[in-house]
Amino acid sequence: MSDIKITIDGKECTAKSGQTIVEAAKANGIYIPVLCHFDGLKPAGTCRICTVKVGGRFMAGCTTPVAEGMRIDNMTPEIEDMRKQIIEMLFVEGNHMCPVCEKSGNCELQALAYRYKMMVPRFPFLWPKREVVANTPKLYLDKNRCVQCLRCVREIITTDGKNVFAVKERGGKTTINMDEKLAAGLSDDMAMRAMDICPVGCIIRKEVGYKVPIGQRKFDSKPIGSEIEGR
Amino acid sequence: MGRKITIEPVTRVEGHGKVTIQLDDAGNVAQSRLHIVEFRGFERFVQGRPYWEAPVLVQRLCGICPVSHHLAAAKALDVIVGAGTGDGLTPVGEKMRRLMHYGQMFQSHALHFFHLASPDLLFGADGDPAIRNVIGVALEHKDLAVQGVMMRKFGQEIIRATAGKKIHGTGGIPGGINKNLSIAERDEFLKGADPLNIDKMIEWSQAAVDFFKGYHAQNKDYIDNFSVFPSSHLSLVRKDGAMDFYHGVIRCIDADGNKLLDDIDYQDYYKHIGEEVKSWSYMKFPYLRKLGMENGWYTVGPLARCNTADFIPTPLAQKEFEIFKAYTKGKPNHMSMHMHWARLIELLHSAEVIKDLLNDPDLQKDNLVVKGTKQKEGVGLLEAPRGTLFHHYRINDNDQIEMANLIVSTTNNNEPMNRGVNFVAKDIFTGKKEITEGMMNRVEMVIRAYDPCLSCATHALGQMPLELTLVDSNGKTIDQIRK
Repeated sequence: MSDIKITIDGKECTAKSGQTIVEAAKANGIYIPVLCHFDGLKPAGTCRICTVKVGGRFMAGCTTPVAEGMRIDNMTPEIEDMRKQIIEMLFVEGNHMCPVCEKSGNCELQALAYRYKMMVPRFPFLWPKREVVANTPKLYLDKNRCVQCLRCVREIITTDGKNVFAVKERGGKTTINMDEKLAAGLSDDMAMRAMDICPVGCIIRKEVGYKVPIGQRKFDSKPIGSEIEGR
Repeated sequence: MGRKITIEPVTRVEGHGKVTIQLDDAGNVAQSRLHIVEFRGFERFVQGRPYWEAPVLVQRLCGICPVSHHLAAAKALDVIVGAGTGDGLTPVGEKMRRLMHYGQMFQSHALHFFHLASPDLLFGADGDPAIRNVIGVALEHKDLAVQGVMMRKFGQEIIRATAGKKIHGTGGIPGGINKNLSIAERDEFLKGADPLNIDKMIEWSQAAVDFFKGYHAQNKDYIDNFSVFPSSHLSLVRKDGAMDFYHGVIRCIDADGNKLLDDIDYQDYYKHIGEEVKSWSYMKFPYLRKLGMENGWYTVGPLARCNTADFIPTPLAQKEFEIFKAYTKGKPNHMSMHMHWARLIELLHSAEVIKDLLNDPDLQKDNLVVKGTKQKEGVGLLEAPRGTLFHHYRINDNDQIEMANLIVSTTNNNEPMNRGVNFVAKDIFTGKKEITEGMMNRVEMVIRAYDPCLSCATHALGQMPLELTLVDSNGKTIDQIRK
């Protein structure tokens, strides 16, 4: 991979060809928020929280490769407000009860809401009726909290190559389904991995909730993105 | 011509309620009721949630003593995860929870006495309502007001160190606790700069007890005769009869001190206690099954605990307990205003227990959680600031809660509060044509003595009107006062 030159918010950066905009920004200590993206997974581009502007056009930073001379707008007021709107829409489209959710403090959606100073969504709550799946020994799937990032679909695969999670329906009816038999057969490590990779509190490893005390959770002391910006 | 008097909302209590007093044609009290006008519904919407979520979810019932609900739920879940009934945890698990709980007792009792109750004592029941409030206390009795604020802060900091947050923490988990107490955290409480250290808290607690005793000596008629009626009293006590807020067995005594229940394992509470529903209140009416709905009502809270316990296992509080008991010659105390006295003795006891716990090296140990064979059902009881708190859960094969029953402290006091209102109403309204602000306040004072938590809502000083209306038997308003 050869070095190429790009700018992000006017700052000159060096990137490797083949990198996505999100990867290149991260390598240069610039944070572009992500939710569906997870390092090491093939980008899905489902949440659009990483939206940037290149040549006057909006595009997903997690799926768009960098190109020589690319001028990227990242933290403009327009883009930041659009990102905040996406966060607000995710909140109103699900049933997110942060005060009692065991993912609180480790939840990326909650952390983004704090970063973007979301006080109350500008959109009306939809209060959808969502299913809870509890009949597997290790995992508890609370679809009230799902943001359809597809991280679990891409990552949680059995040793013989079968997907434990899959997408059902399309558009506004889209849900993530769990193969209960396959989920029951997951190793303890893989079940924990399923919880950890979920950015919200949708996939829960049973009987481990609240073991990490307040103050020691991932986002208790540092806001999301600071690990990149602080480099 | 009959009249109906409504006091709504009742002020300087936690939550929202109203009182109605019905007078007959002769001006006698025909009926009085304390209505709880909020519906919470936690027993229903906790169903289907994973059991380990309960301590964090149900504590949202309340913002004043959420630790009580948090720990009562955690105790019930200890049974479900096979960790035993409250005393089966590791030493650090049990003692961290105790520290959290006694910290809460301390802050809640301080809040009630200094912020909610003291205005009635300092300015009198008929005092100017413009200053008969916490602001008036701050302006005219600054030292007392500062003590109240700092004592509450100390208790809240204890909660933060054990639960992670001052309100709605996560420390108690099924089978134990999620953190221990670091040396640095401990030393903040033991050696903190004045006044935020435990020795100053004990000193101030003792001073609060002395303040009440001094007030009592000068106002004996008022304190001893304001709403006095016989009642049974129920609480947890330690196996040996000691006062214990965190764990024990159920004891209930009748109005003469005879034991109606003793040494009862609280896992069997439902064999001894039933709950009645009435159409005019969202609060249930618990009763002792052996005495039935009519006669089986009982009182819980500080006065009940001082009546049921044989002794208090800390020296300063025990000394005050002996004075308290001697006042009624060892017999049960039924004087409503003595609840303040009992509450302050408990404040002192809590401070002493906190000091003992802080000096216990078990709090720095690391074996935080115990688990055993999973059960389908568990009950957790403890003594919350306002009295005995019952949490009962049953789970299904998928680890979801399928049944929850909560008997909240104030629920136990439903019937006694109604009787207290009736006692005062008969005493002050009978035959009176004119309503004064002081008369209304006296009705509130008897409710206030119980420190009821009608919900998680707090009193919004100066924003909630107290409205009293006289209505004739045809429903026509003949007089109305607002303040």
